[in-house]
Amino acid sequence: MKMVGQKEPNVLPGFGITLGFTTFFLCAIVLLPLSALVLKAGGMDFARFVEVITSPRAVASYRLSFGASMVAAIMNMVFGFAIAWSLVRYDFPGRKFVDAIIDLPFALPTAVSGIALTTVFAANGWIGQYLEPMGIKVAYTWIGITVALTLIGMPFVVRTVQPAIQEVQRDLEDAAETLGAGRFYVFRRIVIPTVLPALLTGFTLAFARAVGEYGSVIFIAGNMPMKTEITPLLIVIRLEEFDYAGAAALGVVMLSISFVMLLAINLLQVWGRKRLMVSR
Amino acid sequence: MAGPATSEAIAAELATRPGHTNKRAMLVRWLVIAMSMAFLGALLAAPLAAVFATALHSGLTAYFQSFADPDTRAAIRLTLTTAAVVVPLNTIFGITAAWCIAKFEFRGKSMLITLIDLPLAVSPVVSGLIYVLLFGANGWFGAWLQEHEISIVYALPGIILATMFVTFPYVARELIPLMQQLGNDEEEAAITLGAGGWFTFFHVTLPRIRWGLVYGVILCNARAMGEFGAVSVVSGNIRGLTTTMPLHIEILYNEYNFVGAFAVASMLSMLAVVTLIIKTLVERSGYRRR
Repeated sequence: MKMVGQKEPNVLPGFGITLGFTTFFLCAIVLLPLSALVLKAGGMDFARFVEVITSPRAVASYRLSFGASMVAAIMNMVFGFAIAWSLVRYDFPGRKFVDAIIDLPFALPTAVSGIALTTVFAANGWIGQYLEPMGIKVAYTWIGITVALTLIGMPFVVRTVQPAIQEVQRDLEDAAETLGAGRFYVFRRIVIPTVLPALLTGFTLAFARAVGEYGSVIFIAGNMPMKTEITPLLIVIRLEEFDYAGAAALGVVMLSISFVMLLAINLLQVWGRKRLMVSR
Repeated sequence: MAGPATSEAIAAELATRPGHTNKRAMLVRWLVIAMSMAFLGALLAAPLAAVFATALHSGLTAYFQSFADPDTRAAIRLTLTTAAVVVPLNTIFGITAAWCIAKFEFRGKSMLITLIDLPLAVSPVVSGLIYVLLFGANGWFGAWLQEHEISIVYALPGIILATMFVTFPYVARELIPLMQQLGNDEEEAAITLGAGGWFTFFHVTLPRIRWGLVYGVILCNARAMGEFGAVSVVSGNIRGLTTTMPLHIEILYNEYNFVGAFAVASMLSMLAVVTLIIKTLVERSGYRRR
């Protein structure tokens, strides 16, 4: 029996049916709906499409979504590295517990983290009450949006960087120190180069997740047009106005960003693997 | 003969050598740990504690009373129904996709893997939007659906479809690397010795992938029960009818019914905690994520 499309003969059964089922399911649930979006936006008059995606309100929302996601991803790079480093290199009471709760943002529904963060960072909240006298307003400003985006991106950075720190060769660090290198020099010349690809991959994953995030942001954002309105919210508003074409046009912008991010993540991972092979 | 003075000098010398902790290294260590813990405390611990504190703010009676609300009960039922449909379907899909991708070599395989992962990169709002564009009143199938009086958007089928989209890759991406690593040898041996395909799957493959399967299923379930953005777009937010638990939280919260909102939120938080506990237990059993 010769199976269609297979490269080598294989005694295992079920190739045709599993491939068929997988492809069918993928088309029905993912590809067909996504193509509906692209075609809906493609069916628009081009001038109108450009007008929708470059309207001042849309541009303000991109600036906020990108800016806040960028700040959040940078925060995650710094703190995520510190957390991953603490978990791999240090031993402290409750280390295993901390390691387990890192994934909480993956498991916690975004609406829950949204209302919880708003409560904690509101002017009378547990943390907000100390920030308010210092003139820092978190809830209902872009800072609050950044806090929410930092929370949901955090596990991406920690979980990508953690294995990379384990990969750092301790003997190399010890050798450098024996030869008289200072701790900071060792960190800069040995640790950072090894961890860099993972750190950048984690950054991109966190950024990609943050740009599209909706649930945890809308509660803490205040949602003022031109000021604290993220792009996904603008899509929802367009839909509520029954402006399907407008929503589809913005959706295509978001989808294109997702594709660029996906490409960036793949390239970073290829680069990271190459670097690792060279260093061995 | 080394006197007390010289041994002190030796100890001081040793302390500066690599591999030994000195005062500055200790300081850096505790600073890094303190910085990490402050960050996690503000972002994870405080919000999680705030959920339960606010839910129990008016006492246990008020907390339990909020679950007597018929709309809240309807929301819990809807969430359970959605997960009961979505999780098994995506599990079957995940196993099928992993079997085909891990066991066979064919052209376009890496393309297929990328496409399966695609929903993870798409904004939840876009994930809902695509179904509105497909099945909504002005959508591709809108007119046909209206003629036959089938409602998908603003009804249960739409919620199920949007949830399936966002949780689509969870089981597959857990099983594919695991099955690729395990290889085909044992299955090939079973088949060569005359075992049937199903028998081989249940008796050879399944026992070896069970922890990866549990891992994928619980994460898929957590996301399915907690999805907000995608479901919010397709649900139409008809109170007591098309509001899942996360959507019901939003409604109660916007009505300033904080005890009610956080009571529902506390249930979903417990779900998240249970998910993390199972996940940790699976990892303790020796299962490693790839």
